[in-house]
Amino acid sequence: MNILCAGLNHQNTPIEVREKFAVGGHEMQATLDAVRGIDGLTGAVILSTCNRVEFYAASVCPVRAFDGLRGLMQERTGVEAPLYFHDTPRSVRHLFRVVSGLDSMVLGETEILGQVKKAYTAAAEFGATTAHLNRLFQQAFRVAKHVRTETQITRGATSVGSVAVELAGKIFGELSDRRVMILGAGETSERTARSLVSRGVKTVIVSNRTFDRAAKLAEEIGGLAIHFDNWQNAFADTDILICSTSAPHAIITREKLIPMMKDRAGRPLFIIDLAVPRDVEAAVNDLEGVYLYDIDSLEGIVRQSLEVRRSEILRCEEMISDHVGSFVTWMRNHRENRRGG
Amino acid sequence: MDRLLLIAATLCFVASFGYTLYALGAGRFRPGRVNLVAILAGFLFQSAFLYLRGQAEGSCPLNSLYDVLIFLSWALVLIYLLVGPAYRLSLLGAFTSPLAFLLVLTALIAPLDHSVKVRPVLNPWIETHAALSIIAYGAFGLACVAGIMYLLQERQLKAHKASSLLYNLPPINHLAAAIARLVGLGCLLLTISFAAGFISQMPVNSMKFLTSAAIWLVYGLIFALHRFRNLAPRRLAELSIVVFALVLLTLPGIQYLSSRP
Repeated sequence: MNILCAGLNHQNTPIEVREKFAVGGHEMQATLDAVRGIDGLTGAVILSTCNRVEFYAASVCPVRAFDGLRGLMQERTGVEAPLYFHDTPRSVRHLFRVVSGLDSMVLGETEILGQVKKAYTAAAEFGATTAHLNRLFQQAFRVAKHVRTETQITRGATSVGSVAVELAGKIFGELSDRRVMILGAGETSERTARSLVSRGVKTVIVSNRTFDRAAKLAEEIGGLAIHFDNWQNAFADTDILICSTSAPHAIITREKLIPMMKDRAGRPLFIIDLAVPRDVEAAVNDLEGVYLYDIDSLEGIVRQSLEVRRSEILRCEEMISDHVGSFVTWMRNHRENRRGG
Repeated sequence: MDRLLLIAATLCFVASFGYTLYALGAGRFRPGRVNLVAILAGFLFQSAFLYLRGQAEGSCPLNSLYDVLIFLSWALVLIYLLVGPAYRLSLLGAFTSPLAFLLVLTALIAPLDHSVKVRPVLNPWIETHAALSIIAYGAFGLACVAGIMYLLQERQLKAHKASSLLYNLPPINHLAAAIARLVGLGCLLLTISFAAGFISQMPVNSMKFLTSAAIWLVYGLIFALHRFRNLAPRRLAELSIVVFALVLLTLPGIQYLSSRP
């Protein structure tokens, strides 16, 4: 028995082509049935995400099964399927790399593990898996856990929004009782605020020179709009301040902030300054209890995280090699036991 | 035998701290496993030592500076084991182990009188007073450890450094809350200890009384300032470190005065 992997992903196929091959949840069962009808193929799991469409199958004759799979995909989409193809042990290594986030667009991202689990569960529910595939995917989940816990491949955040959320967590702990104020309803500040809202911040106050725009954003993210002239009145209760106005000079200076901090009863203030030119004077970071991050420092942390992740690739690959070895050994023993039996 | 137990405890604390340094450096630190086991083992060795020492001395083993240092190290770990997991501040253990190690190491290698001082128990309130005082100091010691962690984490955040420490240290808000609660716990234990001392009606050296009262007052003031005057978390952290360092410096003096009523 061989493990076959065929597919296309963000590295070799543009989205215009990938989207044609995507397999939605509603067509999963029919597609699995069609795949299992291919000569020489005994079981299959289909992984379809925004970055990849991959088929993992158990087959006694992988080359013939691959041809059948390619033909099926071509027939289904009407275009030539630019599929890559791996058989054991490369197919096993590929799955282990995918599930560990090493093959993802954002190195080390963890969402892929949930997507692989979902794909496997769907295939198992439709009766499309075999003993080999069951064993392969169970081991893949163990590999993902092992790689994540033993290396720093998932360490740090890789976008400005997620860095902001992570830093807020390192200052406040839980974010559920926190209040966010947005000064300047820009696109980046909106994305950052959404990241914080997804982590459960309590209240979002939006203030913009154009009140209508503030009201619109407040409505979209479930917040409250206030007039720009009044933002200082709501400041005392704010824990996280996101600034992205188009003011040509700093609107928050050290001198302005010192008296405002006195009303905060020692509560820390996290300021995320996304504006260029900056809205907040750099010296504000020297004030006690104030943590100021501008766009450069946030992007600097993103770069540091990616560097750390990249430096861990070799260690991850070594771990994966060990797991591939143990899976291939299991396959061999399984085959010999069946022959012996 | 008792010295071997102490050496074993010391090795456990060193192992815990060494592992943390290595794991943090390699980015493999995961709170709550190796550290907890090593600290727990060290605590058990210390407990066995104190039990044997108490049996030999016929009283709570607080009859020399040697005893006091080991009891303080034991109390520090005891408070960590009680409150550490509750605050999910598992790295607290990693920072506690070097302090516990230093206290035991000082007891082992400093030129202190290691001999067994037999002292029959005349009044159980005196034993309660002495033991609770040192356990209270253990809480202050742990507040000091949390204070160090607070300053480290604050430094990481201010400097915009995404280091391994930033990701593994707890949020500064949690650390500030932990310091305040530990100082509060220490004050409470010290108050009960003083009450036990008054009930025992033991003769007290006035200098020792004044020093102990000053420590109690300073910690009480820190706690009150935090609770009622919004003492800034950074000040709270700094004070918890400085005052505990002073407590450690006065410890030999207090012990000396305790033996001279």
